[in-house]
Amino acid sequence: MIGALFKRDLGRFFPFVSAAGGGGAALPVVFFVAVAMLYPFAVGPDANLLARTGGGVVWIAALLAAILPLEKLVAQDIELGTFDQLRLRGVTEEVMMAVRLAAHWLSFGPPLILAAFPSAALLNLDGPTLQLLLLGLLAGTPGLAAIGLIIAALTASLRTGAALSGLLLVPLALPILIFGAGALARQDAASLGFVAAISLLLVAISPFAAGAAIRAAREV
Amino acid sequence: MSRFCLTLCAMQEDASPNLTAKSLACRRGDRLLFKGLSFAIAGGEVLHLTGANGTGKTTLIRTLAGLTTPFAGEVERVGAVGLVDERPALDPDLALGRALAFWHRVDGCSDPSEALAVLGLEPLLEVPVRYLSTGQRKRAGLAALLNRGAPIWLLDEPLSGLDVAAIEQVTALIADHVSGGGIALIASHQTLKIDGLRTLELGEYVPTQEPA
Repeated sequence: MIGALFKRDLGRFFPFVSAAGGGGAALPVVFFVAVAMLYPFAVGPDANLLARTGGGVVWIAALLAAILPLEKLVAQDIELGTFDQLRLRGVTEEVMMAVRLAAHWLSFGPPLILAAFPSAALLNLDGPTLQLLLLGLLAGTPGLAAIGLIIAALTASLRTGAALSGLLLVPLALPILIFGAGALARQDAASLGFVAAISLLLVAISPFAAGAAIRAAREV
Repeated sequence: MSRFCLTLCAMQEDASPNLTAKSLACRRGDRLLFKGLSFAIAGGEVLHLTGANGTGKTTLIRTLAGLTTPFAGEVERVGAVGLVDERPALDPDLALGRALAFWHRVDGCSDPSEALAVLGLEPLLEVPVRYLSTGQRKRAGLAALLNRGAPIWLLDEPLSGLDVAAIEQVTALIADHVSGGGIALIASHQTLKIDGLRTLELGEYVPTQEPA
């Protein structure tokens, strides 16, 4: 049963292979690369400047890309009644959300990490910086996915949910950004440990928080 | 119900199903919808839930299913609950066959073809769910219900949007399910032609307006 659920969630969110045209699942990755591509046009072709600031730009792009899938992450299945039907089959909301978190991260984290390679080339990042960037994204994207899931579940029953969730994610993602981008500025892998710790905490909390939010949304 | 998806039915028919409400009260927002509602349905019984718009039929069904907690009173269920409401829980972008296949996998249904044939869904399996009409969607929801093999059926307006032939077909399916020992609770504005039908008028439990 969990396997079927995971397969469905992955099929809905994974970019490029999603059923029936993807429904915009590839958008975060495209957006991410687009930001990295625009930045040199905006600040000019100064290779040193790009190398110094490029890592931070990639982190901001990753954070903004995390906002894009939120709209469809939870609200659609509440509307369709999928969560209700699963509940009747004895699947708890926490399990549904844990499965969704895994599928959401897989459809957004690894593609973003892959997209960091062309982005690094566009921003003239050197080898050690790219390495820190990749490790940081690996440690940070689960946390971004977890924050996104909580926010998507909390705002699912609100009419202005989509716009609000973007606003809510930014401050909550700040610790990940500070330690993740900070590691690049100091060329110091140690602060990535903080990123991983924050991510771990968020991943542990999010199925429970999001599950409670879905149950609460039924009681209106 | 024994005709559909034999694997699961055999598993779930060990205890005789039961659905009991004890002095139930529900509210929606700040408004008390009904109070003091008590009834018991045992296996082989069918209850027709009637009441004007807004009396709380859908809320009652969701409370009986355990999806929302009642304001007062309690619900006892013996047996798995199958719910059909206006949302068939099928991915709108997928073809009907694939969307239903997800629920068949979840329910462990190995041979869904008979229910699909009975409800006349076979020609529609390649059609994306978003292109289906109201009645076709309703039939798809009923197919998922049949292939689930749950003993307790909670049906919220199962006949709305159906054509005359489909209404007869669905009524026969409900009668079949009940005569096989299942429970059915049907909220509907239409008259149901099922033997042994009991009627529960929810309007009788609506509290009289007290002056504020």
